[in-house]
Order: sequence, then C-alpha cells, then structure tokens
Amino acid sequence: MALKVKALESLLVEKGLVDPAALDAIIDTYEHKVGPRNGAHVVARAWSDGAYRARLLADATAAIAELGYGGRQGEHMVAVENTPQVHNLVVCTLCSCYPWSVLGLPPVWYKSSPYRSRAVIDPRGVMTEFGLAVGDEVEVRVWDSTAEIRYLVIPRRPAGTEGWSEEALAGLVSRDSMIGVALARAPESPA
Amino acid sequence: MNGVHDMGGMHGLGPIALEADEPLFHKPWEARALALVLAAGAWRRWNIDASRHWRESIPGPDYLHMSYYEKWITALAEQLVETGLVTRDELETGTPEPGSAKAVPPLTAGQVPAVLASGGPTSRETGRAPLFSVGDRIRTRNINPTGHTRLPRYARNHVGVITHAHGAHVFPDTNAHGLGEQPQPLYQVCFEARELWGEAVGRSAVYLDLWEDYLDRA
Repeated sequence: MALKVKALESLLVEKGLVDPAALDAIIDTYEHKVGPRNGAHVVARAWSDGAYRARLLADATAAIAELGYGGRQGEHMVAVENTPQVHNLVVCTLCSCYPWSVLGLPPVWYKSSPYRSRAVIDPRGVMTEFGLAVGDEVEVRVWDSTAEIRYLVIPRRPAGTEGWSEEALAGLVSRDSMIGVALARAPESPA
Repeated sequence: MNGVHDMGGMHGLGPIALEADEPLFHKPWEARALALVLAAGAWRRWNIDASRHWRESIPGPDYLHMSYYEKWITALAEQLVETGLVTRDELETGTPEPGSAKAVPPLTAGQVPAVLASGGPTSRETGRAPLFSVGDRIRTRNINPTGHTRLPRYARNHVGVITHAHGAHVFPDTNAHGLGEQPQPLYQVCFEARELWGEAVGRSAVYLDLWEDYLDRA
C-alpha cells in the first residue's frame, strides 16, 4: 500500500491536482490541533458550568463552537449525557462516521467490522469487551450515526472531584469515555 | 445497496481488537492517504455521499479485509478516473499523459485551516413542511435500493418514535448519484431493542437519524 499511495501522490502532484504542502497541513491538523483534548475540554466545561452544560445539551454545535471547535465532521453536533439511569454508546454501522472536530480521527477498533456490526445488537456485550459492565437496570442508548449528525457522549463526572479545576477535570476525560465504551477516569487512577 | 458495509446486527465478524496507546497513524502512508482524499475532494467533482458510495461499492470480500485507509485510497483511485481528473493509463503508469496541461491545485496549504474549520454543513432551508413531529410513531419503509442509502437493513420495516426533528438535510440517496441534494426533513428516531432484535438483554434502544422518505406513519 505504501508504494501505491506514494505513486498516486506523485501523479497527483505532477498533474497539479494536489499541493504537497496542503497534504502536510492536513496531516498536521489532525496530528497536533484536532483531537480528543478538544472533546475533553467541552466535557470538563459542562461538568464545571451548569449554564454551559444546558447550552451544550440544547445546541451542541453552538456550545462547542463557543470553545473554538467545529468544522469537518462536526458540522452538526448532538451531546448525549450519561446519568445513573442512562448510558450512551456511539457507533456508525454503515461506515465510520465520528465527531472529528472534538475527538479527532477515529481509532481502528471504531472503524472495524466487529464493533460496527455488534454495537447495535449487543451493546452490553461490546462494552464488556472494553471492560465496562453496565447493569441491567441502566438503559443503554446506542446512537447509530446514519446522517451528518455527530454524537458526543458526556460521561458522568467522577466522585471525589469537587472543586477541581476545568483543566484537571479534562485530564480524566478519555476519548473512549466520549464514545461510551469507558467511564471517565476516577481521580486516583493513573492517567 | 445491501452490501457488506451495512453490517449492523451481524454476528461472527470477530472480537474487537483493542490496542493500547494506539498511534494516530500506523504507517506514514495512512496519513498521506487521508490527506490525498481530503485534498482531491477540493476539486468538488464528488460529494461525501458519492465518496461513501464508492467505498461501499468495493466488492464485499475485499471490503471486509481492507483497512479503513485502504478502502479510502482504493475508492479515491476510481473516483479520480471516473470523474476525469486522471486517466486509467495515468493511474497505471503513474505519470501524466505526454503534453497534458498542469493544473493549479484548488486547495493550498494556507487554505487548509479555514477549509477544515468550516467543513460541509448539510442542513438546508426548504419550503417543505415536515410530515412528522416529535412523539409520532413511524414505520420505516422496506426499501432495498441498489444504490446508496442511509437506512440500514436492520432498521427497515420497524416501528420507532420520533425524538427530535433536525430540520432539512441533503438527501444522500440522490446526492450520491448526481441527482441533486433534494434536501428533506431529517429526524432522530428511537427504536426499542426489542422491536429490532426480539428479546433484548436489559433495557436498551437504538437511535438513528433518518430522512422523511424512509418513513411512513405507523
């Protein structure tokens, strides 16, 4: 594949169809600027600021834009909040739609057939494979991203974090917790 | 199309392979493939729905063993040829046709931040009044188009409840095939797991975003 991609890039550059510097800029964006730290910032703000949380739940696209995030694969955002009664899990069964603007590029498992096929029919079994047991008393909501709406899970704020700064809280918010296959880290667990 | 890409609800595709400290790209070519797809898209010879349809049109056995970026680059090569940006000969030889004019790339490095930051919203203003409201019970149609659709097989001919109206969005079933955006109302629809799968373990529901043409009143 490396050779095939290299040959295609050379051809497109030689024909003037793509600018190699633009390719570098695209890669730099997803390597250094757009990633799950964006989403963690959003979640930590929602945990710290009740008015922001309300705006995020009412219009996630606008609330996320307040923090400076948006654009490609985050044009239309919906935030779904975990509670003691409800746990949310995000998937795209038809391809690999994912909220790039807040989580960056998706991990391989998210794009893989096993996850895409089973998340909708056996969400509890899938979450168990990630080491997450969700009790039968909790309603599991699976969000299959079939349109251009992208979903961000707001995990539950861990106990023992009262008075924490937004920055410290963001350190507890993993990518996986914003997809729904993990909980936010407990304060005592290693980051 | 009823392809292998429409895999929601299937069993037997293996365990989920988790990787600790997964790198953003596993090989440098993956990063180049991502960037090539985005940069070539700036020619606007296709839209995101057409790209998805090209990827899902990769023959099933190949689709299942290809990685994500392999699918992207395989589909891109076909898109370039079919839309006339590159000839089949050029693709095979890797060199431009003798005497062909050199184009000017539509996306420069300087434009990348703004282009990625604006994205491609699919909401549209239409005069079309939505047929359904939040709380309405709908039944999804039992459609089996050979072209692109975003109504997965597992959610066809099932009863759900509208939980949110998203306004009008570009309709992928036409947009993927050069038949125009034809925007129409898009709804968030909740299906109880029991409705989709029969006996369900614990309480669960699946939510999908579905266009009006996929739905009938139940």
